[in-house]
Amino acid sequence: MSVLSERLAELRAENRPALVGYLPAGFPTVEGSARVIEAMVDGGVDVVEVGLPYSDPVMDGPVIQAAAGQALAAGTRITDVFDVVAASAKTGAPTVVMTYWNPVERFGVDRFAQHLADAGGSGLITPDLIPDEAAEWTTAAKAHDLDQIFLVAPSSTDSRLAMTTRASSGFVYATSVMGVTGARGQTSNRAPELVSRLREVTDLPVGVGLGVSNGDQAAEVGAFADAVIVGSALIRCVLDAGDDLDRGLEAVHELAADLRAGVERAR
Amino acid sequence: MTLHDLAPADASTDGTTVDIPAALGHFGKFGGRFMPEALIAPLDELEAAWHEAMTDPAFTGELDRMLREYANVPSPMYDATRLSARAGARILLKREDLNHTGAHKIRNVLGQALLTKRMGKKRVIAETGAGQHGVASATAAAYLDLDCVVYMGEVDTERQALNVARMQMLGAEVVPVTSGSRTLKDAINEAIRDWVANVESTAYLFGTAAGPHPFPSMVRDFTRGIGEESRRQVLEMTGRLPDAVAACVGGGSNAIGIFAGFIDDADVTLYGFEAGGDGVESGRHAATITAGAIGVLHGTRSFLLQDEDGQTLESHSISAGLDYPGVGPEHAHLSDTGRAVYRPVTDDEAMSAFDVLCKTEGIIPAIESAHAIAGALKLAEEMGPDATILVNLSGRGDKDVATAAEYFGLLKDGKPA
Repeated sequence: MSVLSERLAELRAENRPALVGYLPAGFPTVEGSARVIEAMVDGGVDVVEVGLPYSDPVMDGPVIQAAAGQALAAGTRITDVFDVVAASAKTGAPTVVMTYWNPVERFGVDRFAQHLADAGGSGLITPDLIPDEAAEWTTAAKAHDLDQIFLVAPSSTDSRLAMTTRASSGFVYATSVMGVTGARGQTSNRAPELVSRLREVTDLPVGVGLGVSNGDQAAEVGAFADAVIVGSALIRCVLDAGDDLDRGLEAVHELAADLRAGVERAR
Repeated sequence: MTLHDLAPADASTDGTTVDIPAALGHFGKFGGRFMPEALIAPLDELEAAWHEAMTDPAFTGELDRMLREYANVPSPMYDATRLSARAGARILLKREDLNHTGAHKIRNVLGQALLTKRMGKKRVIAETGAGQHGVASATAAAYLDLDCVVYMGEVDTERQALNVARMQMLGAEVVPVTSGSRTLKDAINEAIRDWVANVESTAYLFGTAAGPHPFPSMVRDFTRGIGEESRRQVLEMTGRLPDAVAACVGGGSNAIGIFAGFIDDADVTLYGFEAGGDGVESGRHAATITAGAIGVLHGTRSFLLQDEDGQTLESHSISAGLDYPGVGPEHAHLSDTGRAVYRPVTDDEAMSAFDVLCKTEGIIPAIESAHAIAGALKLAEEMGPDATILVNLSGRGDKDVATAAEYFGLLKDGKPA
C-alpha cells in the first residue's frame, strides 16, 4: 500500500476528510515553491499535489495558468519538479504530481515514474489522460509502485465511472463542476450526486476538487468527500503577496489552517 | 458518401487491464483522445450523432443541398495552362477558392453546424488563427440561426482586424485570448475551457482534422468531397488519374480532404507542403512533420513542435492558417507509413509562387494555398513535362492582400510605398 493510501486509510478510520493542497512547482520560484508547500503542510494540509507547469493547461482557470506561466517563464524544468516533490515528501505529507500528459511522454513514461518514485512521490494525477489511453503509464506505475489517480466528472457515464475507478489507485479525483479550476463563490451542487454515484461502484477514497476556497466550503465538501482538494485559493495567497514571499507564506499558512479547521468540523 | 474507407484502426494496444475499453480513433500509433474525462461522454455523443446522421438521407440530402445552393460546391477543376507552361508540367487546380467564404473550410463548418442543429444545441464555439475558420463558423451560425463565439489569440485579432470585423458583421462574438502566446494554440485552449463548462448547450466546431477523436475522422469526412469531386473531374478532363496530388498542411483539413479521394490509388503520389517559415534550419517554421517530434497536444497524439520537456513551441509562418505547432494525426500516420510525403516550403518560396499564380492565371491565392503551388512548381521540375499534378487551391487571397502587399513592397505600414 502506498504512503498516500495509508494516510487516507488512517484519516478514514478517524472519520475525518483529508485536506489536499496544490501548487505548481517553480511558483513563485523553485525554492519558493518548496517553502510554500512547507507552509501549507505546517498549516494543516495532509496531502500535497505538486503541479508540473505546462504550456497548454486546458483544464486550468486563470489563477493556475498565471502561476504555471510564471514558473515556466522563470525556466522551471521537469527535473525541478522532482526536487520540489522531494522537498514536499520530506515534510511527511504524501505527495503526488499533477501533470498534463505530454511532458511525461516526452520525458519517457518509465523514466518519469522512476524519477518520481526516487523523489519520494506517491503517484500521478493525469487530467488529460483517460484509462483508455494509459496502457504505458499503467505498466510504469505498477513497476514503480505509484498510484494512478484518474479524473471523473459529472458527465461521466456509470460505466465510465466503474471503469475509471477500477483503473485508479490512491484516490479518484472527482471534478465537481463542469469547468476549469478556480475558486468559486459556491461549491458545486453536482458534487454530492457525483460522489454518491461513485460510492456505488468503488470503495476507493474520493477527492473532490474545483472551487473550494475557504474553511466553510471545505467543511461542506468534507461532509461527503474523503478528500477536499484546494488549489487556486492557495496560489492566490502567493500571487496577491507579489514579491513579498514571507507575506504570501503567512497567508498560505492561515488559509491552510482555516481549511483544516473546515475539514475537522465537516462530520 | 462512404464513411469508413479510412476508418481509424481501433486495435487495443493494451493488455494490462482486461476491462479497459479499446482506445478510440487511432491512426496507427497516432490520434486517440487525450482530453479531460468531462469531455469524453460528450465526444462519445458527438461520434454517435455523427455516425447516425451520415446514414440518414434526410441529413446527407440537406447537407448536399446546402453545399450546392449556398456554398457553390462542387468547385470547378481548372486546367491552368499558363501556369503549366511556366512550370513545365501540367497543373490542374481544384478551385476551392471559389467556395462561399473563399475556402474549403465552409464544407466542414456546414457539416458540423448542421449536426449541431440535429443534436438540439443552440450555441457553437470555434477557434481561429487568421480568422478564416472563424468567418466560416460565423457564416454557418448566421445561416443556421445558432449563437456563435469565436476564440482568437489577441495577437491575431490585431494582425487580422478585418476578419474580426467580418465575424462581428455576421453576428458572432469574438473573444480575444490573452493567455500563453496569444495565438491559435491558445485560442484552442480557451475554446476547450469554454466547452468543458458549457458542453450541454454548446458544440465545438473544430476547424481542422486534428483534436480528439472523432474530430480528425469527422472533419476529414466533411471535407472529403474535395477529393471525390477532384477524382471524377480529373478523369473527365484528362482521361486518367493525376500523377501527384499537392496540398498545403497546417492542421491538414484541406489536404486530408483531397487525399481522401486518392488514398486507394497507389499510383497517385500524395504530397503535403508544410510551412517552412524562415527555413526549417532557422527554427522559425511550422513544419511539424518535417521537424517535429511525436507528442500529445489538443487531445491527439501526432507530431508537434516541442522542447525537451514537452512544452509546446511557437510556430512561425507568413501564413496564419498554417501557423500551428501540431498537425492532424492521420497526416502523421500517412507520413509514417510512407503513403504521403511531407515537405517544407519557406515563406519566400510560397510568396514567389503566389506572385507566379497572380501573373500567369489572374488568381490571387491564399498564402496557405501558395505553399501548395510552390510545392507543385518543384514537383514539376522533378517529374517533367508528361506529369499531371493536381493542386488543391484551398482558398483565395483577398484576406492576404495586406500581408502580400507589405511583402512585395507595394505598401509600407499600410500606406503606398
